[in-house]
Amino acid sequence: MTQEIIISGFGGQGVLSMGKILAYSALMEGKEVSWMPAYGPEQRGGTANVTVIVSDERISSPIVSTFDTAVILNQPSLDRFESTVKPGGTLIYDGYGISQPPRRTDITVYRIDAMDAAAELGNAKGFNMIVLGALLKVHPLVRIDNVLQALRKTLPERHHHLLPANEEALRKGMSIIEQQ
Amino acid sequence: MAQSDILLMKGNEAIAHAAIRCGCDGYFGYPITPQSEILETLASEKPWETTGMVVLQAESEVASINMLYGGGGAGKRVMTSSSSPGIALMQEGITYLAGAEIPALIVNVQRGGPGLGTIQPSQGDYFQATRGGGNGDYQVIVLAPASVQEMADFVDKAFTLAFRYRIPVMILADGIIGQMMEKVVLPPFKPRRTEEEIRRDCPWATIGRTPDRKPNILTSLELRPEAMEQHNLHLQAKYRDIEACEVLYEEEQTADARYLIVAFGSAARIAQKAIDIMRGQDIAVGLLRPVTLWPFPTERVRQLSTQMKGILSFEINAGQMVQDIRLAVEGRTRVAHYGKMGGIVPTPDEVITAMHTEFTEL
Repeated sequence: MTQEIIISGFGGQGVLSMGKILAYSALMEGKEVSWMPAYGPEQRGGTANVTVIVSDERISSPIVSTFDTAVILNQPSLDRFESTVKPGGTLIYDGYGISQPPRRTDITVYRIDAMDAAAELGNAKGFNMIVLGALLKVHPLVRIDNVLQALRKTLPERHHHLLPANEEALRKGMSIIEQQ
Repeated sequence: MAQSDILLMKGNEAIAHAAIRCGCDGYFGYPITPQSEILETLASEKPWETTGMVVLQAESEVASINMLYGGGGAGKRVMTSSSSPGIALMQEGITYLAGAEIPALIVNVQRGGPGLGTIQPSQGDYFQATRGGGNGDYQVIVLAPASVQEMADFVDKAFTLAFRYRIPVMILADGIIGQMMEKVVLPPFKPRRTEEEIRRDCPWATIGRTPDRKPNILTSLELRPEAMEQHNLHLQAKYRDIEACEVLYEEEQTADARYLIVAFGSAARIAQKAIDIMRGQDIAVGLLRPVTLWPFPTERVRQLSTQMKGILSFEINAGQMVQDIRLAVEGRTRVAHYGKMGGIVPTPDEVITAMHTEFTEL
């Protein structure tokens, strides 16, 4: 099994961190992983994306042109990556600020309103974990307890009091998909 | 191996951790994208508090490379890192190191050029690395890592070669390998050499007061042509030894291949995927990945060329390594180049299209 995933949105939304948590969780499950960011003069509000590949086999190219799954967090990302999802693939997008929703009919599309859900939880920074929860409900690539373990290992200890809020956000994201 | 030994990190971070672990004595560098994480990681790891390794942000790349001249001249394992325009600034220092036979490690995490260019990945410094951007007849050993694991592993390998041959060694990576995160197992800890060990292992080093022998002088200047010729002949003999003993490459699916892609570093990773797809379409294609770009695997390319209907040199540049391939192939089969410039990285699909464009019978 190989999942080639693009996660794309605005800088500051936690796109790269979300990809890193996913990659780290998969690594803890003994899978092969690669995490390749579009790097540059990134800034809050600019565009940010990362390609994460999770596989049971050796990963060759960390750079691919089509994806099994696209996680889309703003309109410019949707415009750029909708066409790159493989037929039969998955597109998960946050509805906030999307004026032109996806039109593909040969892929499975999930709309999640993670921005609204984050506001509901009173945890704006939990946005990316809500999105990750939704992704993992659609594709159970890694177990949630391993994601929590990955968070514990990658977050500096001074932020460990935020772990329960992150778990709540992950579960919120999963429940958004469950309700669809 | 315990699961906990497997880490997830960027290639740049892996280089920094490996340097601390393999007994590096000093790092001297100046920040530049896409390799600033090397200096950042060293700064946050504070190895001066543990191994005693010096980490210094120099005032410029020119200063950094000349600090390597001093440190390496004293028999210390010293390194610098930069990206393409910064490495261009260091060329004078590199030819001085080569001329004075001073071991040192230079890491180039390439970005697109020419000039200040772009911060996106490129392999446009193949000529600069393998031909030498400095003056005179000299070589540096060039290692081309294709994974985060090799970024970690090549640091100790580079220092070993640098001291074995008293030669500067370059790790030629690029923005992809530097910025991507993958699994890595860091090398085991190895202590820095003691002053006594340096004195024993490096009898040529300028280590201060040495009452039991004549002072060592490390210089690239020799005004007597006869002596300078002898020095050059010595260097050339050393380079022939390195060519005979230190060539490294990897092959995949070449046994039955009728077509060959030659690619190094990140391009080799992209080529692997293209080859897997083409093999699924019953196209007999294989990969040769030079690990040392100098010395180049000339003999192996020559051997393989006899079984190939065509060879594609896939590089993220305008066509540089392709010259070394053509010199090895000597017209025995068709040799084409495919690449992109300016920080644009070709995808596996584009490599496949290039194969069909160059070898229309496929």
